[in-house]
Amino acid sequence: MRRWSLRHRATVGLLVSFVLQVMPLPAVLGWFRPSFAVIAVLYWSIAAPGWGGVGLGFLMGLALDAYLGVVLGQHALATALVAYIAIRQHLIIRNKSMFEQPFYIAGLLLLWQIVVWIIDGWTGHALGSWTRLLPIVTGTLLWPFAWEWLGGDLSRSRR
Amino acid sequence: MNSSDASRYLSTRGAPAGLRFVIYAVLALVLMYLDQRGRWLESIRYGLQAIAYPIEIALNSPAAAWQWSQQVFEERAVLQAENRELRQRLRELDQLALRRQSLERENAALRAIAIPAVDVVEKYLPAQIIGSELNSQQQRLTLDRGAVNGVFDRQAVVAAGGVLGQTMRVGPWSSEIILLTDSEHALPVQILRTGMRTLAIGTGRREQLSLPFLPLQTDIRRGDRLVTSGLGGVFPAGYPVAVVTDVKRDGGAPLAQVQARTLARVDRDRIVSLLWFTPNHPAAPVSPTQNSGGDPSAKPIDVIAPSATPRGETSQGETS
Repeated sequence: MRRWSLRHRATVGLLVSFVLQVMPLPAVLGWFRPSFAVIAVLYWSIAAPGWGGVGLGFLMGLALDAYLGVVLGQHALATALVAYIAIRQHLIIRNKSMFEQPFYIAGLLLLWQIVVWIIDGWTGHALGSWTRLLPIVTGTLLWPFAWEWLGGDLSRSRR
Repeated sequence: MNSSDASRYLSTRGAPAGLRFVIYAVLALVLMYLDQRGRWLESIRYGLQAIAYPIEIALNSPAAAWQWSQQVFEERAVLQAENRELRQRLRELDQLALRRQSLERENAALRAIAIPAVDVVEKYLPAQIIGSELNSQQQRLTLDRGAVNGVFDRQAVVAAGGVLGQTMRVGPWSSEIILLTDSEHALPVQILRTGMRTLAIGTGRREQLSLPFLPLQTDIRRGDRLVTSGLGGVFPAGYPVAVVTDVKRDGGAPLAQVQARTLARVDRDRIVSLLWFTPNHPAAPVSPTQNSGGDPSAKPIDVIAPSATPRGETSQGETS
């Protein structure tokens, strides 16, 4: 894995996260499924903001829209927004300890969920229940592991 | 890791992120507007579904492989038992079919109508479930049959036991179906025992329907069976839908709170059926979009406002 170039690792990581995000799961397990795709986008926005940028969030969101069959642009807008904020604040978030980082991520995941929720309302879809908030909790808990698995802090661990 | 490769990306480059975000946000809003209002993106969606099809197949492959291996290594005794069971079931169904024919003739005589020799179901197409999205917001399945197989929008889908849902978005090789239990789905039903008509609304929970539009004094109780009423234009009358599981009558509320459990069972093979109905059959689904049946000489009467939407032109999303 370490031999691969950043671009290859990023592409594979993003594809795997997308698959995990849309993979069919039993109902109860599905409630707890973190937003893998958003977490991957956030990682690359914070660790390598010059690589994908806001466009990466937009494309990942658009892929989710197309696959989930919701109005095109819904997840694209939400993911581009959190990617933008993560890029703007990447130096701050990157230099926080692993105890503080998850709080920033929780905020971003909540913002993402709120944007998706608002657009659900505008387009006349069902708003769901409080179980929509569960992926934020699991996503926040997942963040330290995802950070390590996806490559850690690229600015420090140069080998 | 290649350090020179990585360091290029460690900070932002090119156009400021704020400007990019604004461009993407506007793009997303325009897309949403077009998709929601104009429906110009239908053809793009069709293409996207074609792209999604292989991904869905790939995602479904572990489950499919597991099923296949289970089937291969199934024991002889189990298969024999299953075979016996199926034979028994076939005999029962034979009996029912024999009685159905005579009942149908008797019913036609009683109602003094001529029932055509053909069945209301013209043809059916078995389809396999290749994807599912079952949560509180969406109860959707993806089938491996699409436009090339003649599948059309708002087509009835049944599974063993009863009505499952209807097609919602048809791609070239796959189609998405919305289940009865989706919270955006409403199905016109009839209480079999009393003949009362109402709507069954999905709850977003597995196998759970609710009947929110029944007055307190409605004659309904646990165990009542619900069948399709034939209204709505998707399902013909008389298909089994659900069994009432719970009736709550709260004196303070004007309506009874009724819960029902759907009867459709997706069996181990994950096979469901898409149905085509004989047009103009008395039992065929009635919808406001097709003025079929009734007195053909009757013409719609013009309302006073000449600019009103002509009859027979209703919006698409009415039943879903």
